[in-house]
This record gives sequence, structure tokens and C-alpha cells, in this order.
Amino acid sequence: MEWAVFLPAAALAVAGGIGVVAARQPVHSAIALLIVLASLAVTYLVLAAQFVAVLQVIIYAGAIVVLFLFVIMLLNVRSGEGPAVKLPRQAVAAAAVAAGYLAALLVAALGAARPFPAVPQGFGTAQAVGAALLAGYLLPFELAAVIMLVGIVAAVLLGRRPPAGGEGR
Amino acid sequence: MEGLAPAGVLLLLAWPLAGWLANGLLGRRLGRIGPGLIGSAAVAGSFATALGLLAAYRALGPEAGPIPVPLGAWFGAGALVVDASLLVDPLALTMALVVSGVGFLIHVYAIGYMAGDPHPARFFAYLNLFVFAMLLLVTAGNLLVLFVGWELVGVCSYLLIGFWFDRPAAATAGRKAFVTNRVGDAAFLLGLFLLFTSVGSLDILKVGEAASALPGGVRLAAALLLFAGATGKSAQIPLHVWLPDAMEGPTPVSALIHAATMVTAGVFLIARLGGLFLATPGAMAVVAVLGALTAFFAATVALRQHDLKRVLAYSTISQLGYMFVAMGAFAPAAGMFHLVTHAFFKALLFLAAGSVMHAMHDVIDVRRLGGLARPLRQTALGFVVGGLALAGVPPFAGFFSKDLILEHAFALGMATGNYLPYLLGLLTAFVTAVYITRAALLTFSGRPAEPGARPHEAPPVMLWPMALLAVLSVAGGGLGARAAGEPLLRFLEPALPHPDGALAGVHAPAGPLMVLSVAVAAAGVALGWTLHRGRRDPALGALGGVLEQRWYIDALYEAALLRPARALGRWLAGPVDLGAIDALVNGVGRGLARLGADVRRWQTGYARQYALGVLAGTVLILVFWMLR
Amino acid sequence: MVPATAYLALSAVLFTLGAAGVLVRRNALIIFMSVELMLNSVNLAFVTFARQHLSIDGQVIVFFVLVIAAVEVVVGLALIVDIFRSRETVDIDDVDLLRG
Repeated sequence: MEWAVFLPAAALAVAGGIGVVAARQPVHSAIALLIVLASLAVTYLVLAAQFVAVLQVIIYAGAIVVLFLFVIMLLNVRSGEGPAVKLPRQAVAAAAVAAGYLAALLVAALGAARPFPAVPQGFGTAQAVGAALLAGYLLPFELAAVIMLVGIVAAVLLGRRPPAGGEGR
Repeated sequence: MEGLAPAGVLLLLAWPLAGWLANGLLGRRLGRIGPGLIGSAAVAGSFATALGLLAAYRALGPEAGPIPVPLGAWFGAGALVVDASLLVDPLALTMALVVSGVGFLIHVYAIGYMAGDPHPARFFAYLNLFVFAMLLLVTAGNLLVLFVGWELVGVCSYLLIGFWFDRPAAATAGRKAFVTNRVGDAAFLLGLFLLFTSVGSLDILKVGEAASALPGGVRLAAALLLFAGATGKSAQIPLHVWLPDAMEGPTPVSALIHAATMVTAGVFLIARLGGLFLATPGAMAVVAVLGALTAFFAATVALRQHDLKRVLAYSTISQLGYMFVAMGAFAPAAGMFHLVTHAFFKALLFLAAGSVMHAMHDVIDVRRLGGLARPLRQTALGFVVGGLALAGVPPFAGFFSKDLILEHAFALGMATGNYLPYLLGLLTAFVTAVYITRAALLTFSGRPAEPGARPHEAPPVMLWPMALLAVLSVAGGGLGARAAGEPLLRFLEPALPHPDGALAGVHAPAGPLMVLSVAVAAAGVALGWTLHRGRRDPALGALGGVLEQRWYIDALYEAALLRPARALGRWLAGPVDLGAIDALVNGVGRGLARLGADVRRWQTGYARQYALGVLAGTVLILVFWMLR
Repeated sequence: MVPATAYLALSAVLFTLGAAGVLVRRNALIIFMSVELMLNSVNLAFVTFARQHLSIDGQVIVFFVLVIAAVEVVVGLALIVDIFRSRETVDIDDVDLLRG
């Protein structure tokens, strides 16, 4: 039963990933990313992480991808990339390193895999995650809020247009 | 007295220190005459204090013993804990009296002598600092305190030899004195280290007590090392070469530092550590023989020197040799007696020579002098008195002290069979009489070599010190003459350890020896008179040439030590420093610059390339972790 | 029942895809999306391990990764906009002021 859900989701995720990396237009990349995010949300459900799945859809798909799309529209960049003249061997080297990396990663990750135990009642619900977050991770939680604030301030500062005739920021 | 000693001895030291500070800090505002007055007054204060200390000490009676004056802990490092301490005993008091007394007379003389000099404040500041250092040296209760004084007098000697530092010869002579002394000082320090490791303390009294219990080898090594230090300061073979050159300094400096006081520090050191030296016959033999050799060698050189002050300088070396003979003959009291009388008559001779220079506008070559007895009557009289004392003619002071030393040297020969010190000493007495007669005749008799000069007698401020020293050169013999009851010897006796063993019961035949030495002195004077009457100066053939060249010892040092040292210096500066060390340093710099130029090419500015590097590095780390 | 191996393999493939995208693409926006892809693959691994060990910590970490990713995207996109304004390009090979 789970296979029936996992296999299509995994196939879609890999296809979306290839799409993100290979698409010529940034818009297409964004759409492909959206597909990946949605597929992963489905796998999270299978993995008994319903709250994370919901976050994934709301924050990633809902907020971040939309932000990407906004910027793509704002800058109106179409294809962007001409022939690579500056780093001619980058693609070959990248393929080699990535292949090595995938091999190493697979060995490492698969070595850590164990059979799944049965899921207890209430694992991965909003209640369970929230309780852990606000009990054991209160300080990081608050710090995360501060980091967000810093990020917002940075974005506002960076996004401000330089004052007319001024020296810039 | 017990309670007064600390205050008294500190006051003794405070006077010249205050004079030094006053002249050193305020000298420029004191005018031409102020520095000399302050300097002389400071030393006079020391002399008065020393007299007071002497009176108080004698009031304690003959059993007083040494009085240590602890001044608290100086520093500590591990096992080495050094207490700053002074020591009041007959030896220290005698030295303090000589230093401050003769020092005072020379300070007064210097007021007149340095009247034309543009920097009197600097001169008297150095001179007062010297007196302070010398008093610290003689009153030190700890060998390290003594060493501080020892080094400080060396510095003052350097500063005062080079007082006219705009004259290259003076600057070179100061440097030579300092460097030569360093050789001896290094040995001195090694001796101190050895004493500390074996005794565990540098306190003079403790060292003296513990010395006889030390293993023989350690004792011998320590004594010889300290004696090596003494040869540097007291200009004995082989470290004597600096003293003749030191005559480049102003004459009062020659009189005070390089005749009367500082150069006797080596003799004093051996007397001070008598407990160590007397317990080490091997070292004493070395001291006696080396002292006798130095005495004879320097006296012969003095025969053929043309610079009057150099004659006196070699004479000083020779007389210091006598003192070491006395030390080596287990008769420190006799050595101290000669030290005192020598301080009187040699200071007198130097001051007379200074008076000649003063009169002849710094001409000091005896070949250009002559006939000065008439215009410089008082000076000539002083020189003759000093010369007779030096030659050992009775009843002048030098006769008594030198005769006593020869007597003890003969006793040493009777006890040990080693008559060399006595024979050399007797020979030296003869040569001494010849060279001082020559110097006196060439300077004062006959006709002037340069008739154009119009010599004028020195002012009273210079003549009075000479007069007092002349009186002392005559009367000083009473300090140790048998007829006068040997007051100085009796006073010193408790402070100096007695030799035990073979020498204790030996008594030389005093009468015949005295007759012999008087005869020798008289013969020397007579020979000098015949040779040099009428200002003749026979060259003495080939031997005279050797003597004129100072037995070629300076030339030997030049060829064997200085020239190789200079060559080594050039080699180190050229091939080693420029060729190897600089090349290494510059090479490192150049290599790094080249490396930087190469490495900067990796900094392409392409973020993607950096990312590739990061990822490749991650792969490597992952592989490393998995293989581990 | 799908084993952990399958999830972790999927995670590794997605991560490698994202890394390759960062290395190969020159459009700054696409590079950024590739970075998001890598972050998501890591999230998948976290959730998988949370399931395997029945430890809620893995899912809490995902929450923090989400926060950081959001901030990073905000700041990064602001930078891209800024660069575009001054240089009229989003090709990161054109931005090489730090060349040695």
C-alpha cells in the first residue's frame, strides 16, 4: 500500500529535481521546485510526519516559491544563460564530483538505515511537535524568531532604492 | 658601635652618592668651580665618616670581630637568595680610609687640574660615582654586592679613561680597559657560581667559614677563577695590557683609579676571601709566582718607556705584582700595608706628573722635558719623595712595606722551597730603583729639551694635596714599621685569617734581608744615576728594543687575538650575516611573495568554482570518515 | 512497507541533483532553487530518521531548517535584486570582484 503512494511521489520528486536543475527558464525551475516540494510533502505523510507535511505545503510551496516567482517577475529575466565561456571544464568537473558525492552519500546513508518500528499513537502530530518545540527547544525557537527579524531587516535595507543623488547605502 | 654601624656605613656611602647626584643632575648650574667643591666636600664627608667609624670600631676593643650590616633581602630565585649586606671590619675600614682619604686629596687636586675643562660637572660626577662604587666594593658583605661595586668601578674607569672621548686614543683606551676587564669579570662570575653551588651562599663571612671544608678541587677552581677576575681588575699578567693605555684619561683619574684605589681591588678581593685563598696553597703558589712575574716584567718595561705616565703605569702594575706576592706568601697584612703606602706614593707621583703636564701644556714625553727642577721646585720635590718611596729607600714608606713583602716571600721560600717570588721581587726592587731614577733625571735634571716652553708651577690647590701625600709617603711607613709598633698590621690582624701548617712557624732572617734590599735599592739608584746623568738615555741595545715594545705582548695579542677576532667579525658580517642569514630571511620573504603570486590565481572570483571546491572537500571528508 | 533505504536513497539523489545545479547553472535564481532542493533533501533525511528512531527531534529540526531556509531566501533574493539593479545581470560568473 505504501509503495503505491511512495513510488509515484519519488518519481515525481526526482523528475522535478531534474527539472529545477535543467530548465532553461527560471520560471520553469520554480514550477519544477513546486512539484518536488509537493511530492516530498506526500512522502512526509507516509513517514508519519503530518505536521511537517503541512508546514512544507504552507511555508515552502505557499511562501517561498511564491517569493521566487515574484522576483522572477520583477527582474523579468528570461533565458539568461549564454554559452559558458569563463569556466569551460566546470560541467565535467561538477559531474565527476557529484557522482563521487552521490556514491559516498549513498554508502553513508544506506549504512545508517534500519527497519521502521511501529508508529505509536500521536507521533508527528502538531501536538507532539509543538510540545517538543516549546519544551525542549524553547531557546532555539526564540532565537529563530530573532534570526527571522534580522532577515527581514536585512531584506528591507537591501531592497531599498538608493536615495536620489545620494551616496547609496 | 654595634648600633651605629649600619647608619655609619650607609652615611659613608651616601656622601659620594649625593655628590654624584648633585653634580650629575644640577652640574650645569654650578658654574666652573661648584662641581669640584661639591665633589671634594662629598668625599671629605666620606673620609670624616670613615674616621668616625674607625674610632667607634677601635673603641670596641681588639675582640670586636666583623660587624655585618644586613640591609634586607635583595632578590631570590629558587635556591639563590641574596641578601644585600655590608660588612664593617678592619679590612673594610682600612680600604675605606684609603679610598676616601687619598680620594679627597685627588679631588682637591682635580679642582686645579681640571680648571680649564669645559665639563667639570661631568668629571666630578663620574669621580664621585667611582668613590661610591669603590666604597661599596670594600664594605660589601656579600660577594654579589661586591660584584656590583666591582662592575661599577669598571664602568667609572671606562667613563673616566674616555672622559675626553673626542680624542680617538682616549675612546679606544676606554674600550680596551673595559673589554679586557670583561675577560676577568667573566672568570669572577664563574667563580661566584661555583662558590654558590658548593657553599650555598655568597655571604662573605659564610664563604670564609665554609671554604676550608670544601673539596680541594672545587676550592682550587674557585680560588683560581676569582684570582683571574683579580688579574683583570689589578692589571696582572696576562690581563695587564689595559692599564698603560688607561693613561689617556685625565691625570687625577690615573692617580685615583689606576694607581691608588681601583686597581688594588683584586688585592683586596684576595684579602677579603682570605679564608678561601689561605686554605688553598696551590692557588696561592699561582698568585705568588704570577705576581712576581708581573712585578718583574712590568718593571723592566718601565725602563724604556718615554711617556712619563706610562712609566708610572707600568710601575703600578709592578707594585701590584708585589701585593700579589704578599698575598701568595700568606701575608695579606703585608700586602695591605703595601697597598696603603703605594696609594700614597704612587698617587703623589701621578699628581707630580700631572703637575708637569699642567706646566708643559700636556707634553708628557720625557724626551721633550728636562730641566724642570728649577721652575717646578715643589713638584720636583714631590716627585723625588714619591720616587724614593717607590725605590724602597729608607726611611720612606715604600721601603717598609716592600721590605716586609720580601721578608714574607723569603719565608715562603724557606717553607716551600719556592724562592722564585723572592728572587724576582728582589730583582724588581733593583729595576724599580733604576727606572724611577731615570724618569726623575730625564724629567727634572739637565737643560730643557725644548727651551721655548715657559713652564709655571701649579697653583696651591694642586700643590697642597701633593704636599700632604708627600708627608704620608714619608710617614706612612710608620703604619707598619716594627719600630713604630706596626699599628696597621695589628689592626688588620684579626680580620685576616692566619696561615696554618708549614708557614706558621717560619721566620725569615729579617735583619740580613733588610740590609740586602737596601743595598739593592741603593745600587739601583746608583746605576740609574750613572746611566742617565745629564739626561742621557742609552737605548740598551736589542734588549732595550724589546722592552720598548713591552716584550711584544701587545703585538702578540694584536696578532693572536685581535686580528683573528676582527677577521672572524668580518667573516660573520659578510658571508655569514649577509650571505647566509640575510639570504635566508630574504629568501623566505621572496618565496612567500612568489607563493602568494601563485596562490592568488586560485582566487578566481567565480563562486561556482569555490562551491566545487567545497563539495570536493566534503567528498574527501566523507570518504575519510567512512574509511576510518 | 517501504524501507528507510528507499527514502534515504531518494534524499541522496535529490541532494546530488541540487549540488550539481549549484555547480553547473549560472543563473543566480536557479542556483538558489537548487539550494532549496538540497535543503529539502536534508529535511527528508531528517524525517526518515525521526521515523526510524521514533524520535520527534528529527521533525523539530525540520522546523528550524524551514525557518532558516525562509530567511535565507529572503536575504538572498534581496541580494539578487540588488545586484541586478546595479549590473543588469543575474549571471554569477559576471560577479567576480573578488578575483585575486
